[in-house]
Amino acid sequence: MMMPQTALLVGILVPLVVACLTPFLANRPLWRDAAGPLGGVATFIAALHVALAVQAGETPRLFVVQIAEGLAIDFAVTPLGAIFGLVASGLWIFAGLYSVGYMRGAKEKHQTRFAAFYAVAVHAAMAIAWSGNLLVLFIFYEILTFSTYPLVTHKESQAARDAGRLYMSILVGTSIVLLLPAVIWVWMVTGNLEFSSGGILADALDPKMAPMLLALFAFGVGKAALVPIHRWLPAAMVAPTPVSALLHAVAVVKAGVFTILTVVVYVFGIDFLSASDAATWLVWLASFTILSSSFVAITKDDIKARLAYSTISQLSYIVLGAAIASNMAVQGAAIHIVMHAAGKITLFFCAGAFYVQAHLTKISELDGQGREMPWVFAAFFIGALSIIGIPPAGGSWSKFILMVGAVDSQLYFVLAVLGLSSLLNIYYLLEPLSRGFFRSKVKEVTVESHPLVVIPPVITALLSLALFFYVDLFADLASLMVAP
Amino acid sequence: MNDGGIIAIFLQNLPVLVVVIPLLLSPVVAIITAPRLAWAISVAGVGGAFLAAILLQSITGSIGRVTYHLGNWEPPWGIEFVVDSATSLTLVIMTGLAFLATLYARASLMSEVKHTDLGKCYAAWLLASGGLFGLVATGDAFNLFVFLEISALSSVILISMGAGADRRALSAGFNYLIIGAVGATFYVIGVGFVYAITGTLNIADLAARIAEIGGNAALYAGFGFMIAGIMVKAAVFPVHIWLPAAYGYAPSAVSSLLAAIATKAALYVLARLLFTLFAGVPDITELAVTYVIVPLSLAGIFVGTVMAIYEKDIKLLLAHSSVAQIGYIALGFGLASSASVAASFVHIGNHALIKGGLFMAVGGFVAALGSRANLASFVGIGRRMPITATAFTVCGLSLAGLPLTAGFISKLYLVRAILAEDAYVITALVLLSSALSLIYLWKIIEVMWMQPATAKAPNLAENPAIYFPLWIVALANIWFGVDASWLVAASRASASALLGGGL
Repeated sequence: MMMPQTALLVGILVPLVVACLTPFLANRPLWRDAAGPLGGVATFIAALHVALAVQAGETPRLFVVQIAEGLAIDFAVTPLGAIFGLVASGLWIFAGLYSVGYMRGAKEKHQTRFAAFYAVAVHAAMAIAWSGNLLVLFIFYEILTFSTYPLVTHKESQAARDAGRLYMSILVGTSIVLLLPAVIWVWMVTGNLEFSSGGILADALDPKMAPMLLALFAFGVGKAALVPIHRWLPAAMVAPTPVSALLHAVAVVKAGVFTILTVVVYVFGIDFLSASDAATWLVWLASFTILSSSFVAITKDDIKARLAYSTISQLSYIVLGAAIASNMAVQGAAIHIVMHAAGKITLFFCAGAFYVQAHLTKISELDGQGREMPWVFAAFFIGALSIIGIPPAGGSWSKFILMVGAVDSQLYFVLAVLGLSSLLNIYYLLEPLSRGFFRSKVKEVTVESHPLVVIPPVITALLSLALFFYVDLFADLASLMVAP
Repeated sequence: MNDGGIIAIFLQNLPVLVVVIPLLLSPVVAIITAPRLAWAISVAGVGGAFLAAILLQSITGSIGRVTYHLGNWEPPWGIEFVVDSATSLTLVIMTGLAFLATLYARASLMSEVKHTDLGKCYAAWLLASGGLFGLVATGDAFNLFVFLEISALSSVILISMGAGADRRALSAGFNYLIIGAVGATFYVIGVGFVYAITGTLNIADLAARIAEIGGNAALYAGFGFMIAGIMVKAAVFPVHIWLPAAYGYAPSAVSSLLAAIATKAALYVLARLLFTLFAGVPDITELAVTYVIVPLSLAGIFVGTVMAIYEKDIKLLLAHSSVAQIGYIALGFGLASSASVAASFVHIGNHALIKGGLFMAVGGFVAALGSRANLASFVGIGRRMPITATAFTVCGLSLAGLPLTAGFISKLYLVRAILAEDAYVITALVLLSSALSLIYLWKIIEVMWMQPATAKAPNLAENPAIYFPLWIVALANIWFGVDASWLVAASRASASALLGGGL
């Protein structure tokens, strides 16, 4: 058994080491490509140690450097951070395997650069998960943005560069203009930025200013993709699918909602937030985002674009839970980070598998292809079930707890929003399946077999099922998050 | 003052040594024809000043304030040099960056300036450095004017040395000569007014008498002239117009030196005038900062940023960005709280590191390209000159204020100081400008790193002779982004020295 501190260090450093080693392995593709999944396994084991320590009531800490008075780089794992760390590292294993299959199958160029920045992004995600204060979170939030830029523009085409520009201008722009002053504001009124259970603002901030500060956070964290700052996410779909799968369904976007949830739980404190009524507007905006992006998703024929809008909608579940700011709702939000990650990465894996194996990118092209790629379709089905929230898939838990949270706070319209959203999910996520099995082919394709793009979605689909039965660790961590 | 042996005498003479070491070595260098020797003496001269400044900083840290009376004439009759926490911090920053720029100068000037001119060039270099150090160290309002002229005339020579590579340097130098002379004249007219009323030129004495005399039309006129003159020198919008061409067409080493120390000295003097010399008439200084300095700083921030976004020539782009950065520093002084003044000192240090490093790197590119550095010639340069380009990128990210760089620390403290004044509009404007500054930086980074070089692009050779100073500055940009304790503490001490009634 590793010491939790050691595990913390390992979990943050391993992805960085992988990133640094990758360029030196450029001439040995096998080693280079093995480094990602192996790094994922090592990071996940470390994350598991950290999570178990947190579950046992410890707070693994690592102090790095004091920048100036009240400003430090240090790591301290909160229960919520333990959850996010497990998700990011665990899914990196499969995404790493998958990206080898995808990049080779699709014969992409610059695979070394790709692998290196991919690992940097995971490093940033781990550091965000385990950050001990808002400054560290902000720093790695920016590093995550910058490290994903070369991945988004990977194809080096004009379209990729335009998308990259939109991606950077929204994410960096909002973080500098809104998130940074929010961080500085907190620093100014409290004198430090350390996360603490129950929050640090209760006695420091005038409750009348709380909605303002919350708005700076909600819109400053562009990665949470609230309407109207969601445009970067569909634009980022120009990247190779492994990027969309791990980063734009898991690491990057979850870093966004993780930030919002962390701010609500450990900076504002849910008691202060609900007492000051500062988040009511955010409940409405998140509800609007959930429904409007679902409607947009229906209109998209491109598989990745549809999944992107579905992600925007699902992210707002988590923001919604944070905004309701009741005990149950934030727990539901935390668990939804896990459930949505497993489900959505499966769906993206499938989308990439359709492309690599048969060059299909549109839902209308999937007609009658079900029997050609049964495993991929099966995985897609289970992933979709989890997103919709139907047992026995993991996603049903988080949706259920969120609904309970809404009822606790007497926000009955939220029930209607969540219900309607599920119906829309059924429509737009199960359409590819009905087309695949119940329609006749419109396009003859030759399916090349690439096992490395089929096995990972199957595994993550099984993971989605398993999460329905084995949710204890996450449930424990989530309840620790709100424990006084 | 001769008790306690040689070391004590040395320490007592530190305030004047910072200034006279470079000044006295200047005529020596002027008659030396061997460039290498001239350079070595210059390094020794500026290095000596740097050493003196470091010692001064540690002394003022413990005893607060050091004075030196030229020729043993007691103030207010004689000229006095006064060094307190604010002075010594500014001097450490300026001498340190000047030292690195001098180390860098040999390789860079060699490729950009005619060999027969090198001796004269180093002489002017030492004069300009010594003059700028004197501007900061002196405690005498008229002596300050003398240093203003010394540094201005020698800077004109240095800027015009760029004529070998681009003849526009001549008109840039001439513009600076004229506009700088107007500024200096304004300043000395102001000194005349103030002298007429108070009968003294010693700054500490002036401050005391002005506080006694209080509001007075002639005094206000003197204040206006002095502030306006110094604003020209500090390149505060809209009297910044000499700066872009001067930095843009001067030899790169000169751009690096001037960008790091010239406007910083003038900004320091601006703060001294506002918070020390005229501290006794708060009605007029408050009026000036609220209605003149703060709005003009904000205007400068945006004008400089927008000009930089549309500029394609790299040196001119950096020069426009300097106008914006000067705006941030002046803004901090303009808000006149102890937190905002401290933030300005933090940024004086950090911006000196940022721009000093950027111009050094550009000099490396210019030497390799053999032509002006612009966006077109920068295509793919990252992969062709990776070591210089990486240093450029580090300093560039610091300029944009990304986390873990020095520029980020500046931004943190400046925004915090503005927020603490409840100035939400100014906060928003500063943050917006900071986001805009990423555009011009990203434009360069994109062509440097993301676009492959065209097939017919010539091979470029890096110049290892510039690695040492360049990378010291680049790493300092990271160092001060990760461990800012010293700079922040020194800046706070400077702010309280300035605002606490001064000299």
